[in-house]
Amino acid sequence: MADTTAHAAPVEHTSTGLPSTKLAMWLFLASECLLFGALITTYVLYRGASTTGPYPSEIFDIRYTSVSSFVLLASSLTMVLSLTAAEKRDFARMRLWLVATALLGMTFVGGQVYEFTSFYHEGLSLTTNLFGTTFYVLTGFHGVHVTVGILMLLSLVGMSWAGRLPDDQAFPVEMVGLYWHFVDIVWIVIFTVVYLIPQAKPAG
Amino acid sequence: MATAASVPAPRGIIRRPTATTGWLSWFTTIDHKKIGLLYGFSAFAFFIIGGLEALLIRAQLAKPDNTLLNADQYNQIFTMHGLTMIFLFVMPMSAAFFNYMIPLMIGARDVAFPRLNAFSYWVFLLGGLFLYSSWFLGGAPNGGWFGYPPNSTTDPTIGMTFYALGLIITGLASSAGAINLAVTVVNMRAPGMTLFRMPVFVWMGLVVQFLLVFALPIITVALFEMLFDRRWGTHFFDPTAGGRPLLWQNLFWLFAHPEVYILILPAFGIISEILPVFSRKPLFGYQFVVFSGIAIGFIGFGVWAHHMFAVGLGPVANTAFGITTAIIAVPTGIKIFNWMGTMYGGDIHFDTPMLMAVGAVAMFVIGGLSGVTHAVVPSDYQQTDTYYVVAHFHYVLFGGAVFGLFGGVFYWWPKIFARQLDERWGKVQFWIMLIGFNLTFGPMHILGLGGMIRREYTYPASLGLTFWNQVSTVGAYLIALSTLVFVVNAVKTQRTAKGLANEDPWDARTLEWTTSCPPPVYNFEEIPVVHSIDEFWHRKYAEDKEGRLIRVPAGASDHAAADGHGGAIHLPTPSFWPLIAAVGLPTIAYGVLYSWWLVGAGALVTVIGFMGWAMEPPVAE
Amino acid sequence: MRRTRWWILALLALTLLLVACSKTAPQNTMNPHGPTAQTEKNLLVLVLWPAAAVFLVVEGGILLISIRLRHRKDRDRMPPQIHGNTRLEIGWTIAPAIVLAVIMVPTVSTIWQLARQPADAMQITVEGYQWWWGFRYTDPDMAVNYGDHDAIVTADVLVIPTGRTIDLSLTSLGGGAHSTAGVPDHQVIHSFWAPQLFGKQDVIPGETNHIVFSADDPGIYSGQCAEFCGLQHGKMKFRIRALDEADWQRWVANEKSPSVQPNDGLAQQGMDLFLGVNGVGGQCIQCHAVGGTDAAGTAAPNLTHFAAATHECFAGCDFESFLNGNPNAADLKAWLADPNAVKLGAKMPDYGLTEQQIDALVAYLYSLT
Repeated sequence: MADTTAHAAPVEHTSTGLPSTKLAMWLFLASECLLFGALITTYVLYRGASTTGPYPSEIFDIRYTSVSSFVLLASSLTMVLSLTAAEKRDFARMRLWLVATALLGMTFVGGQVYEFTSFYHEGLSLTTNLFGTTFYVLTGFHGVHVTVGILMLLSLVGMSWAGRLPDDQAFPVEMVGLYWHFVDIVWIVIFTVVYLIPQAKPAG
Repeated sequence: MATAASVPAPRGIIRRPTATTGWLSWFTTIDHKKIGLLYGFSAFAFFIIGGLEALLIRAQLAKPDNTLLNADQYNQIFTMHGLTMIFLFVMPMSAAFFNYMIPLMIGARDVAFPRLNAFSYWVFLLGGLFLYSSWFLGGAPNGGWFGYPPNSTTDPTIGMTFYALGLIITGLASSAGAINLAVTVVNMRAPGMTLFRMPVFVWMGLVVQFLLVFALPIITVALFEMLFDRRWGTHFFDPTAGGRPLLWQNLFWLFAHPEVYILILPAFGIISEILPVFSRKPLFGYQFVVFSGIAIGFIGFGVWAHHMFAVGLGPVANTAFGITTAIIAVPTGIKIFNWMGTMYGGDIHFDTPMLMAVGAVAMFVIGGLSGVTHAVVPSDYQQTDTYYVVAHFHYVLFGGAVFGLFGGVFYWWPKIFARQLDERWGKVQFWIMLIGFNLTFGPMHILGLGGMIRREYTYPASLGLTFWNQVSTVGAYLIALSTLVFVVNAVKTQRTAKGLANEDPWDARTLEWTTSCPPPVYNFEEIPVVHSIDEFWHRKYAEDKEGRLIRVPAGASDHAAADGHGGAIHLPTPSFWPLIAAVGLPTIAYGVLYSWWLVGAGALVTVIGFMGWAMEPPVAE
Repeated sequence: MRRTRWWILALLALTLLLVACSKTAPQNTMNPHGPTAQTEKNLLVLVLWPAAAVFLVVEGGILLISIRLRHRKDRDRMPPQIHGNTRLEIGWTIAPAIVLAVIMVPTVSTIWQLARQPADAMQITVEGYQWWWGFRYTDPDMAVNYGDHDAIVTADVLVIPTGRTIDLSLTSLGGGAHSTAGVPDHQVIHSFWAPQLFGKQDVIPGETNHIVFSADDPGIYSGQCAEFCGLQHGKMKFRIRALDEADWQRWVANEKSPSVQPNDGLAQQGMDLFLGVNGVGGQCIQCHAVGGTDAAGTAAPNLTHFAAATHECFAGCDFESFLNGNPNAADLKAWLADPNAVKLGAKMPDYGLTEQQIDALVAYLYSLT
């Protein structure tokens, strides 16, 4: 949604001095906070409410998910490196880091797909119990956000390659970066709430 | 490396549209004024449809044990009436005014993101049509606009799946629109237009956009959870698997109470514009009105459980939400008193816009007072889910919002169409509407206290409430008549009325009246420079030594000499992409109902739409 | 302008008058017959006074300003440009706040008062089904004198002793729900409301709410489900029958005993059909119970004393059980012949009963006094 007068006129005149796109992105992310807030609230509310198994403690492989979480966090670093390169007008390096970020993101999503599949084979489906319902929907929503981010990263690379980005390439990179960092931060919360805070199997 | 100067000529599968006139231009327009008109016409069409549904409801309730509609039809109709009036009429009608007027009132040439604006409109329209297509595809939603599970999640008909998907789509439209308009207000103001020089309508617009940005994601999550429960058998609201139906109610009202203010604040803004103009006095206590609007916005997020006093949250929660509900009456009261203060001492011209605005204030007060009786929790145990509540929120949302919106229609009609709606017809409409409205909804207080529950498709004669039901039905048909009067007036005016003799017919106060009627595509030849609240008024009038107003001869004011940026005006070029991206969304929704292939196709269309959009420069060279 | 406003005012005054006076409306909240409803009404009336005052001040003010200050053709004037008055505005911020604070004092204390559950109250569990109400008397001295000595169970009419404090436990988890494709469709939200006795409380699957109330006078009080609960929400009614002590004791004694064995031939045939003893029929007992027989279904109304005089109505109180003291056989026959035809979406299936079978069943049901 890179639709702004910033593209038409590089020196944008705004009341606040901030580019409109940046304001819009912040508002969008604020809205997203409530989206994930409501989803995480649902998950927390239903912790330990499942009436049948499998339960989280039986199924989570914390070590595996820690590694994939680390991969996603690492992608924030490459995103920053990409922006730094863009600001130095080193667009080849910028694209390189963008591709790296997208690759790390794809690794994470791939890991999630693998995790979902193995959970499914262990007997946890979307409809098995409340844990399955809330777990798949929450992490699935996040996965979709990462996927959209990957599409945006690859589009940036493509457009930069084709010379279809405006002169100030750092700006769109910064915008996509904002989104990408947000999705990363949300994952830290989800990972903590879903995986790290131990959840006892209900008695009986 | 590409630079701005060497952006290659647009290429792609579709030639970029450039026409700004002709029927096709309505599909590609990104002009906030045309989009505002599209919003307005669509919303009015839905108002007619929702009104016809209301007439069916009243016809069914005109006599006891009536069999005009059966339970199934009635449940669909009252659900669709609510959904239509809230999501497809009042919200988009407010969006119409915001779209058309906010850029003009803050001295901007367009909204911040013109193509996103078009996208919002198309998504809203297609979402509304998607919702209505359910009538032909197995039945409309039948679980009420509040859609409480488990009834809504276990209902065997397809209607509530349409509800979940349809509201997700229109919610998306509102979110995108809200971000756009909020950024426009924050960032696109003319030089000198500080926040506290903005017209109150713009302020209320800003508050509404923030409410939307923060309230919509909550309902979106709830709707997705409902969709998953219905379509894929998850257990979010399934008590047999440990799920809690009350989760929905909390999420829903956490959205739906702010939604009430989303519906009413635009009308408050319009009233705050009309009263000063027709009283020929500035708004009394501008800052109080603005801050009370902001306060309503904040407190509006803290009162949701007053819709749930009877669900058994316990005395602690009921006490807390009873008190917050009483608190929110305070800023609302401030507005009423300030409006009275505005009229007090004025020279009040009762043209139709003023009649509508004063009518809105007078009717809203009644709704506000019955609202206070809801804050009295134990008394609400009796009133909730009865016709007393139906009376209450129609006094607020019809008495307040619809009268206010009609006021806006009459007030800005000359600005938009360069013609004036017939005053005599307008006044006839107002009085029929006022009488019809009170006949319809006044008796509902009696019906509710007399023990008539909401949403029942029929009632026995033994309830002893037949007479007041009949009065209410007569009133509803009077409202329909008043709407017909409006339609006749509008058509007649557009057919026969001559252009405006005076481009400032009301002697108005705000910037939108400084341009021609209708405004040129670029709104302002030169961006105005603002020196005070009611900028336009101060360009027309100055105070003499005794504090009396004297008219400044045209052109003599130094204010009038705009020292804006001037220069060449770059306007964004029309585009197909917003429409294309929007078409993908209902396609995905139909896919969720019928086929994964359709989901894929819809997603592809949307992604292509966004790609084309991103690749296309805002201004074609 | 003036006339309409006065008209509205008069209408509103009339409203209150009519609501207060209308004794014929059986669900009139302004005509309470028990302390709970009385408390709730008192609070509303208390608030109506300041509300009426504000109404008169504001509407009267708007009216007065509108008339006095309307523009006249012969009087062209530019009013003084007053931008506000901080002291005044602070005043009308604080004044309503004080009024509201005062209102909230009795409000809050009443919230807590109504939430109290006295230990000696009579315990009755209310079960909400689509679309009828079941009642289970869970006090130990209300157990039946046959079989497992379970609680007395009735449907459609809640019988209570006058003057006793009753603590209703509201649940939507009635036993043995019907199910469609594995989804139990009885478990939706209802709301229990008898306007002349108590305000409503929702009946929510998985939660238990309480209503504490009593009835001052013997009599019949009508009520209905107040939360939208699907197709026949409008016809999910019930009655509360308050009996004086002697009648109450008689009623309890009758309810505690098992159903009577019919002695006339047609009713006997009906019982056989109901229970399916001869290999014919027997569908009834999948959902219905009749105390003292093999019928023990819990998904539909308990019919042990279907024809008791207090069981005034059936099928969500959609039909009267008796007309002028005689069995209402016509409605019961129509109901048995095709429930869906007389109540769209009814959960009771159409078993394609023959006319003769229906006659037998009606005779049996009306033998269950």
